[in-house]
Amino acid sequence: MKKGYFGRWGGAFIPEVLHQTFVELRHAYEDARRDPAFWQEYVQLMGNYSCRPTPLTRADNLSRHFGGARIFIKREDLNHTGAHKANNVMGQGLLVKRMGKKRVIAETGAGQHGVATATMAARFGFDCTIYMGEEDVARQRPNVFWMEKLGATVVPVRDGARTLKDAINEAFRDWVTSMDDTHYVFGTVCGPHPFPEMVAWFQSIIGQEARRQILEQHGRLPARVFACVGGGSNAMGIFQGFLDDAGVELVGVEAGGKGLDTGEHAARMVGGDASPGVAQGYKTMFLQDGDGQMRDTHSIAAGLDYVGVSPILADLGDRGRVRFEAATDREVLEALSLTMRSEGIIPALESAHAFVQAFKEAPQMDADQALIINMSGRGDKDIFTIAHAFDDPSWKEFIISRGREYGG
Amino acid sequence: MNLQSELARRLNEKPILLMTHLVLGYPSFAVNREVIRQMADNGVDCIELQIPFSEPMADGPVILKANQDALARGVRVRDCLEFAAEMVAAHPGVNFLFMTYYNIVFRHGEQAFLEHAADIGIRGTIIPDLPPEEGADFHHRSHQMGLAPIMFFTPTSTDARMREVAGRGQGFIYVVARRGVTGAPTEMDAGLAAYLERCRRATHLPLAVGFGISRPEDVAMLTGRADMAVIGTATIRLVDEQGAAAVGPFIAGLLAA
Ligand SMILES: Cc1ncc(COP(=O)(O)O)c(C=O)c1O
Repeated sequence: MKKGYFGRWGGAFIPEVLHQTFVELRHAYEDARRDPAFWQEYVQLMGNYSCRPTPLTRADNLSRHFGGARIFIKREDLNHTGAHKANNVMGQGLLVKRMGKKRVIAETGAGQHGVATATMAARFGFDCTIYMGEEDVARQRPNVFWMEKLGATVVPVRDGARTLKDAINEAFRDWVTSMDDTHYVFGTVCGPHPFPEMVAWFQSIIGQEARRQILEQHGRLPARVFACVGGGSNAMGIFQGFLDDAGVELVGVEAGGKGLDTGEHAARMVGGDASPGVAQGYKTMFLQDGDGQMRDTHSIAAGLDYVGVSPILADLGDRGRVRFEAATDREVLEALSLTMRSEGIIPALESAHAFVQAFKEAPQMDADQALIINMSGRGDKDIFTIAHAFDDPSWKEFIISRGREYGG
Repeated sequence: MNLQSELARRLNEKPILLMTHLVLGYPSFAVNREVIRQMADNGVDCIELQIPFSEPMADGPVILKANQDALARGVRVRDCLEFAAEMVAAHPGVNFLFMTYYNIVFRHGEQAFLEHAADIGIRGTIIPDLPPEEGADFHHRSHQMGLAPIMFFTPTSTDARMREVAGRGQGFIYVVARRGVTGAPTEMDAGLAAYLERCRRATHLPLAVGFGISRPEDVAMLTGRADMAVIGTATIRLVDEQGAAAVGPFIAGLLAA
């Protein structure tokens, strides 16, 4: 198969001006991958700076509540900066050091990848610019605050749908000017080769740990593994621990938004609204019209609100290795409430999609079976969005009185 | 006559050729029609007709906005193809090329898109996100149908890469004058001159230089160093600010220096 392709998906559809940059990036990545010392340094860094290995938490209360499979939660929320995004970012940071570049840029949707990149840049001493859709800037204001405090420049993107895909385009526009000293820290397992493969490699640390941990705690492999799918990096991260175990069913959960039949969702692998396309440097299933124009997407979770999906996951879907499902905004809030009250754990809105599907399936499974939910991030950073979604009266009162205070 | 020979013929008569650009349906097909007439009447050699795309990654703010406005007005690929057929028929003295992003071609079907383009008399295609590595089928089909797939040289291209890319191209080479996206000015300096010499050594195809070319001085500087000057963002900006009628005098003025 052609390099950078996964079945019929992937590739590197890049403007010629980036050709040499990608040649150098591929070499740096392939060298690092061949060098065991690089991975060792990475694991050490993640242990010392980002709480790895993250725990695999046994969720007995939830298991009892559903009365089926034993539920385990992989705690990527306990990474430094609160999500799995740190894994990818610190890995690429080490690569940037190797390449001798001095500046990093990134796109961000939820703001998690932006905060993680700004953190990495602060730690390694890189200049940092983050592109973020204007709509996401409004939805995730607290993350913008942190990025700026960490020393990054945040550029609100006012083009197109003003969300993640537009931030990606804008980051590429920066990169075609600045590539001599700048690396683009792509945030997920999408984009042109080698990004899907490289980001999947850094995220594979999740699956390596989870496999070891479930064997220790449960004595056997899990029957099913659930992960939410935006671009697909947390899903690929945990799935890679179990890809070769045919008995482990892998389930990717997409954003069902207001419902798959409403057109207001971000489901590419289920629902039948997506079709093959080429954009943002790679070929995959996109939410687009018949002409190939990208459509507006919707999700309560900014990190899942994206038109494309990992070419690696599209291929695993084609081959039947990964099953795809979708969770609606409403189901997400219910699962979130239940998880907070019964386990004292606050998943990110993105991660809560995986919880929804696991909760649907757990009761039908046997008591001696285990399932793992990949909790990609923590939800307390979404406090404005979550409080708004719950329409919480006392929170509103607080905001109004703060507003009055600031308004003079 | 193929596009390369056609351009060579024209170069016997004038020192440098002009290629202009517009975004189809922006601000309207009616304005496009008038702009193209003015360009044709003032001796423009080639015109890039950009079919709008929602994710124009290689374009700067002006062309990006033009793409988005056209789409917001409901412009469809089908409308663009019909309008292009009308323009090609109306202006036999101009070589028209389609410029767009690969997804537009991919959704339409490579074969169907190229057949349609060839049918209506389009001379070539400019697809900035289809590098040789991904475009083997497309380029092969283009050659078979007598359409020139335009390849790019950039300041980051090595000599070896330029030769490799040129081997795939026909018609002319689009020489990107600087790093970055469309729209910002380009410094006409010794570095650019040296780069153009490097381009010249890498291919026998004519060199069309674009990105940031907007003034008579720019065109004068390219004369003798390149074969065609490409005016992109400048005319869109001009039409935005002064209307279609300003295009004719602007084009005439470019060659006056
Ligand atoms: C907490 C969290 N989970 C999931 C995602 C979705 O990304 P991916 O599918 O690449 O894991 C994001 C993206 O921002 C996120 O912040």
